[in-house]
Amino acid sequence: MWRDHLTEIIVFSVLFLLVSVMGFVAARWRAPKDMAHLDEWGLGGRSFGGWITWFLIGGDLYTAYTFVAVPALVFGAGAMGFFAVPYTIVIYPLVFLVLVRLWSVSHRHGFVTPADFVRSRFDSPVLALLVAVTGIVATMPYIALQLVGIEAVLKTMGVTGESALARHLPIIIAFAILAAYTYQSGLRAPALIAFVKDSLIYVVILVAVIWLPQKLGGWGSIFDAAEAKFQATAQNPNDGILLNANNQLQYVTLAFGSALALFLYPHSITGVLASRNRDVIKRNMSALPAYSLILGLIALLGYMAIASGVKPLPGTKEGTVDNNTVVPVLFDQQFPDWFAGVAYAAIGIGALVPAAIMSIAAANLFTRNIYKEYLKRDASPAQEANVSKITSLVVKVGAVACIVFLDPQFSIDLQLIGGVIILQTLPAVALGLYTRWFHRTGLIVGWVAGMGLGMWMLYQVASPTRKHFGGSAFPLSEFGFDTTKTIYVGIVAVAVNLAVAALVTLALRAAKVEEGVDGTEPDDYFADEGDPRITPGPDRDADPAREPVA
Amino acid sequence: MAAPEPEAPPTVPTRAKDHSPWNWLLFIPIVVPLIPAFFNGDSPRVFGFPRFYWLQLAFILLGVGTTTLVYQMTKKRGGR
Repeated sequence: MWRDHLTEIIVFSVLFLLVSVMGFVAARWRAPKDMAHLDEWGLGGRSFGGWITWFLIGGDLYTAYTFVAVPALVFGAGAMGFFAVPYTIVIYPLVFLVLVRLWSVSHRHGFVTPADFVRSRFDSPVLALLVAVTGIVATMPYIALQLVGIEAVLKTMGVTGESALARHLPIIIAFAILAAYTYQSGLRAPALIAFVKDSLIYVVILVAVIWLPQKLGGWGSIFDAAEAKFQATAQNPNDGILLNANNQLQYVTLAFGSALALFLYPHSITGVLASRNRDVIKRNMSALPAYSLILGLIALLGYMAIASGVKPLPGTKEGTVDNNTVVPVLFDQQFPDWFAGVAYAAIGIGALVPAAIMSIAAANLFTRNIYKEYLKRDASPAQEANVSKITSLVVKVGAVACIVFLDPQFSIDLQLIGGVIILQTLPAVALGLYTRWFHRTGLIVGWVAGMGLGMWMLYQVASPTRKHFGGSAFPLSEFGFDTTKTIYVGIVAVAVNLAVAALVTLALRAAKVEEGVDGTEPDDYFADEGDPRITPGPDRDADPAREPVA
Repeated sequence: MAAPEPEAPPTVPTRAKDHSPWNWLLFIPIVVPLIPAFFNGDSPRVFGFPRFYWLQLAFILLGVGTTTLVYQMTKKRGGR
């Protein structure tokens, strides 16, 4: 009953309203002369310094779903769930090496999306369209999943109802507010809110990891309790507090593949492109792992939940349990009501920041690589900003619809697929930053091959409860190997993608097929703030006062 | 550490700033956390944490240390 959780609900609501106000005020924060430009609305004027970038990217990559799902995975499967730690260690050196180049070339040419870069680099609107559509499709379910994070909290506070509408009303209201201030303030809103979100998360987690182990008899006994639980439940051979011979390859490929996928996601790239210069990015790559430490500790909340005997709340279907509720339930059991409310607000607000950035990133992709490319070639910057704002609303309505009308499991499946499909843009976007060796048609064919194989492999993965799309761990025996080892689908798919792209490139080159003209120069990849060669480009020259013709 | 700016040779305003050999160091924090043989064990425990957990958390420091070092060694010297 929600009445038992009144204090929690009040604290949650107050903090939620506070950040909503901040979201609207953000439009005036570091206000530009002219907000009607995609660089301003969609990239915060490309002006964020070290601290803002730290909070923004941290708030962007470590989503509410991460905070809820990673400990849920550790609760259910043990060591496997800890892949989130190597995953978020490996990503930063990768960004340091690769995305800094993307920042430079984008700064020099005014690119807003990764697809903008691909279009110019490979002289191929079709390839750019593929990259853009991949990005949008991969991002949509990710936004929907943020709602799953909020829902886990609301459910624990007893805010549920009989009918689907009553159950979802709080989420619809929350997202309506989010949509309104994102529309008004653009990327400035999540940047400002990220300060509150991350501060709350840090406080909650530090308190949790210092206080809870004392209540539960120390870290040693927490791990022992988890080990005992995994020993007792023998039905899943791959759980336990350590990896076994069969899931090590899966652990490593999942961590590496997820890291590659994460920095190809449009919302990560949006966060990186919004920073002021190369130094800001590089310094942040040393500072952002502070979040990985927090994430590692959050993962261990799953074991604390085991040690304190948490029973997850029932799921939507009869007889199922919703493991995503283990952390909220743990907080509810162990913390005083007011502090549990703060913790829930941290998760709830934690959903808003990434959801806002993701919807902005998806909207930018639509505007730049579909609207401007195919629908209205001569769109002015003001029109671009306008289309992006409206698209961001559409994207959020779509995300809410996913949750209200479809089984949340569907969003989780889609997100699993999302990681695999976004990886298929790796050859064009990430390798494209280093080499133009690949032929544009080769990249397109490779994308098709990787996508097809990835989908087929995901379809084949069964889990104890489902026949298809049961996870991302593909049994190598399906390929005819005599083994019980599993591997992450995304890694195999992208390897095939690369191999096909290379073969087709060689064939096309032998046949002397036209390759198009590279719109970038080697120097562009090192350009920095204040570079004299920055081309203003037609976008910047366009008359900002021109109104769209109604 | 103490000397803020050792007598760095006036570096040529290079174009290829990314091509410093220091960058190769970044492969350490990419490769090491992906070798389970290092961390997939229980003993020794530190503060009750099995090796699997404390060592992987320690790899975060490895990542921070390496990126910081590479950043310091490759950043532009002497203002713009």
